[in-house]
Amino acid sequence: MSQVTQAPLAPPPVALAPTQPVSLNINGQAHTLQIAPWTTLLDALREYLDLTGTKKGCDHGQCGACTVLVDGKRINSCLSLAVMHEDSHIQTIEGLGTEDKLSPLQQAFIDHDAFQCGYCTPGQICSAQGLINEGKAKTEAEVRELMSGNICRCGAYSNILSAVMEVLNNEGLIIEDKAWSAGATKPDMAPVEPPKK
Amino acid sequence: MNSFTFTQATAVAGAVQDKAAHDDSAYIGGGTNLIDLMKENVARPTHLIGLKKLGLDTIENLPDGGLRLGALATNADTAWHPEVEKRYPLLNQAILAGASPQLRNMATDGGNLMQRTRCYYFYDLATPCNKREPGSGCSAIGGYNRVCGILGTSDQCIATHPSDMCVALAALNTTVRVSGPNGERTIKFEDFHRLPGDHPERDNTLEPGELITGLDLPEKGFSKNFSYLKLRDRTSYAFALVSVAAALELEGTLIKDARLALGGVAHKPWRDKEAETMLIGQRATVDTFRRVAAKVLENAKGYGANTFKIELAKRAIVRALKQATEMNQEIDTNAFQNSNP
Repeated sequence: MSQVTQAPLAPPPVALAPTQPVSLNINGQAHTLQIAPWTTLLDALREYLDLTGTKKGCDHGQCGACTVLVDGKRINSCLSLAVMHEDSHIQTIEGLGTEDKLSPLQQAFIDHDAFQCGYCTPGQICSAQGLINEGKAKTEAEVRELMSGNICRCGAYSNILSAVMEVLNNEGLIIEDKAWSAGATKPDMAPVEPPKK
Repeated sequence: MNSFTFTQATAVAGAVQDKAAHDDSAYIGGGTNLIDLMKENVARPTHLIGLKKLGLDTIENLPDGGLRLGALATNADTAWHPEVEKRYPLLNQAILAGASPQLRNMATDGGNLMQRTRCYYFYDLATPCNKREPGSGCSAIGGYNRVCGILGTSDQCIATHPSDMCVALAALNTTVRVSGPNGERTIKFEDFHRLPGDHPERDNTLEPGELITGLDLPEKGFSKNFSYLKLRDRTSYAFALVSVAAALELEGTLIKDARLALGGVAHKPWRDKEAETMLIGQRATVDTFRRVAAKVLENAKGYGANTFKIELAKRAIVRALKQATEMNQEIDTNAFQNSNP
């Protein structure tokens, strides 16, 4: 078996990007990153903090796979610069529940078979948590409308809807904005037991 | 995205100075449109000035009975503000008809006015576009122009302004407050956005370095009889092909006052004051609405793939005015009952 040898390529010219320290509070933990200002919040999470639960789909705010919660409100992390989020409390799918204790939405997504490939699921769940925090959607039609920022290419919409409706119909799950007031280090996002089947 | 530097402004004066000190710089509010344009290399600022620490994110009653929207208030906070829901439900509906919940949580009210067209060719660096590169030509004329404008177009540009919120702001006679190198001034909403003419690269009448600080809504909110009707290729999360903000003040069936503005059809939110004058003093009937709709579209020009918009706009005007007329007298702030035809 012949061995292919290749001369090492000349290293590309290195243009040192100007970086700056950015302090982020993610899932209750403080991080300081030395990053370039054009680093999106999504890239900061995935590439610098190994929080790869948040997915990169379209990278243009059209699919919702990158949805995270900032001070309890859902946003597209791909269309936001990390440097714009100092002093914010950021919550990702990793911060919603634990392997031992899933959040109510995580459990409901399993119970309702609300995903197939699963790529959009972290965004769907974070978006649904944001929807619950908002407290505006009550009916199925309203949930459909207020989940329209999250695309599922497998088409699991009907099961996603039933998962969200189940959690929405459980009282006591709405998380008040005040939980995010200054000084809060670890917001409590899993306030009740998952529904018993 | 190109390389750029970033500073977080803490005061309006400092932001304006920072802008003046950097060529090719840009203010950034929520960034939902600017960051997308930067990823596409359509916008290539070398310096960004963050605005989120300026404050200016409150919504406050004005002594004259109006309401001031801080430029940095988010679209979501604005739509769901109790005063907006109660007194300006047309604005509530227009905002909720646009974008997605995630985007509305980031996008600011000032930024909504500053968003750029979604004409395909503006985003496509491989094609000529007078708005993106003055003098290069317009690919939409004679091209794929389904989403483009039919009113107030020029032979340089047929792009549309994409906002829903701005259509309601136009109908409600909003005043734009700005601050710049030469101090503060106000701009009437109808004068803020401009028609393309020979300078489609200019979307609005802001002077270099000027920053939007707030939007003042007058007291009159038409909260009893209004409709924001948005027609698009899917039921949610799509830009308008045609949208109509209709607002009426009725005494029985007699129209005492009227507002009418269209989105998705022009380079600016298309408010038609002549049409409003035609409505005032008339009975609110479908015949009246049809006459008015014909007048609004009398000078419309189709470009092939978008010619359908002329008839669509006429029918949308009639339907929106009919919806506004037939509303219950009690104020309905449920965004989901009037957002679709």
